[in-house]
Amino acid sequence: MDPLYADGVGVAVVLITLLKVLVAFVFTLVATMFMVWFERKIIADMQHRIGPNRAGPWGILQTLADGTKLFFKEDLLPDKADRRVFRLAPVLAVVPAFLAFSVIPLGGNFTDGDGTVSIFGHRTFLQLADPPVGVLFFLAMSAIGVYGIMLAGWASGSKYPLLGSVRASAQIVSYEAALGLSVVAVLLVTRTLSTNGIVAAQSARFGVDWNLVATGVVPAVVFLIAGTAELNRPPFDLVEAEQELVGGFNTEYSSIRFALFFLAEFMNTVTMSALIVTMFLGGPSGPVFGPEVMRSWFLPLFWFFLKLVLFLFTFVWFRGTLPRLRYDQLMDLGWKVLIPLSLGWLLLLATIRVAQNEGWSVPIAMAISLVVLGGAFGLLNLSLRAARRNREHEAEVYA
Amino acid sequence: MPVGTMVVKPVPELVTFILAGAIVVIGALGVVLLPQPVHAALSLVATLFGVAVLFVAQDAHLLAAVQVIVYAGAIVVLFLFVIMLLGVDEADDLQIEPIVAQRPLALVAGVGILGLSLVSLFLAGGATGASSMLMAPDATETNIAQLGRLLFTEYAFAFEATAILLTISVVGAVMLARRAPQDGAPYPEDETVQSGVAS
Repeated sequence: MDPLYADGVGVAVVLITLLKVLVAFVFTLVATMFMVWFERKIIADMQHRIGPNRAGPWGILQTLADGTKLFFKEDLLPDKADRRVFRLAPVLAVVPAFLAFSVIPLGGNFTDGDGTVSIFGHRTFLQLADPPVGVLFFLAMSAIGVYGIMLAGWASGSKYPLLGSVRASAQIVSYEAALGLSVVAVLLVTRTLSTNGIVAAQSARFGVDWNLVATGVVPAVVFLIAGTAELNRPPFDLVEAEQELVGGFNTEYSSIRFALFFLAEFMNTVTMSALIVTMFLGGPSGPVFGPEVMRSWFLPLFWFFLKLVLFLFTFVWFRGTLPRLRYDQLMDLGWKVLIPLSLGWLLLLATIRVAQNEGWSVPIAMAISLVVLGGAFGLLNLSLRAARRNREHEAEVYA
Repeated sequence: MPVGTMVVKPVPELVTFILAGAIVVIGALGVVLLPQPVHAALSLVATLFGVAVLFVAQDAHLLAAVQVIVYAGAIVVLFLFVIMLLGVDEADDLQIEPIVAQRPLALVAGVGILGLSLVSLFLAGGATGASSMLMAPDATETNIAQLGRLLFTEYAFAFEATAILLTISVVGAVMLARRAPQDGAPYPEDETVQSGVAS
């Protein structure tokens, strides 16, 4: 728990908390602005274009200009729209996006300290909130975020948005399972749900103690793929497939309400990257040296942002490189590859943990569980093949 | 301060209770009274969310998270999914009763459940407002660890039985959905789907 609240809550503590809320709010907005510009610029480079280059140096103020423009445009309400839900949907998309970021530790010296920084004489974590449920809070917020997309499509009273939102809800619910299972792998290794605790658990040695290594890479890869699908980003952007659905769930939206969806989408991308950094790459931990202000403020923030930009770039890279999946490929990948894989890997990690606790020989326990998992994989393959045979038979009967 | 303990702050807790309780009650009324099924489902989300806030106020953080993730995030999404796909709208006549005597029975059951919960509340000595009445939480562990330990030791049988029940229901659903086609049977026709809102 945050040491800020250990000695009761006074005026100073309330003010510091308010300051943290303000900083987190402004930070998410600025990071989102940066992300939009970053994505447009990188994607332009990948496609041999120049990209935004008019507003500000290197076009960095382009997002601000676009946002201002959207703010002053006319807000259209379709005739067939369900008025209340149509207005509610963008808010339901953007509020969870803001809240989800509040559990991410941004800085603090974890390497040879306890991860706290000193603000006006009070020790506190450099994160807005450290609830006991930590990562689950993020999952809960992303679960609420689904409503924004779903309701937007339905309330528009128009067919393409409805198709987009039906796709979105199916996709997000499907990939949430794989996402959750890879989170469980991390929780199993770190033995805590608190994001702060997860960072602290991987901070002793740079790189070696990261959960990326401790969980054996597979959960990190599954999380990255499932996270991309949760974000509805390419190659999983069937939700807003322009060629098929005009613009998907947000087709009927204009002006500031559209801007809110846009904001939520990019904010979620930033949060998802930050969460991957927190869970698998040790968050703000890294080599620290020099005076106190370097050790607990500057260097941890630097490490965090370095890792964050790495993943932001990866998401843009996906978009620039990978073609969109077909709907059945999307569902096959989620249900037949990612969920069995992360479930099997979770069992393997659990076996290793039990073997360590009980003093069994870890290699033998691993070998046995690998044989069992291999058998399970074979059974899964058999059942998939049987299902395909049934489908083909059905097609012959009806042909 | 050890994990799991909480300084008792009566006034903020009362305010939280009144606000969250109001959300729960208004949401529940919305579920029953709103004519549009999607609005009713959204009211259900509000109710579940209010209950989650009440859980947090009682230090049951894990239950709150599960409430939001499972109930609001998965089950009501499924409800909405079905409503959207089947295109239920306001044009359906609410006066037609598909099951005979459904409404009076529902009323009796509702009043009965309300009465039972009130009776059990007063038999237990009324609402005290104190948390953790039956057993004090262990202050050395998070309630997630305590819950996990109980689930896998004392209640392991119930846990496994629930798991088997869920597996059976999944298998049953698959069996119902995928019947082997009869030779020569006509291809099932697509149903007409009505999307969106009735204007």
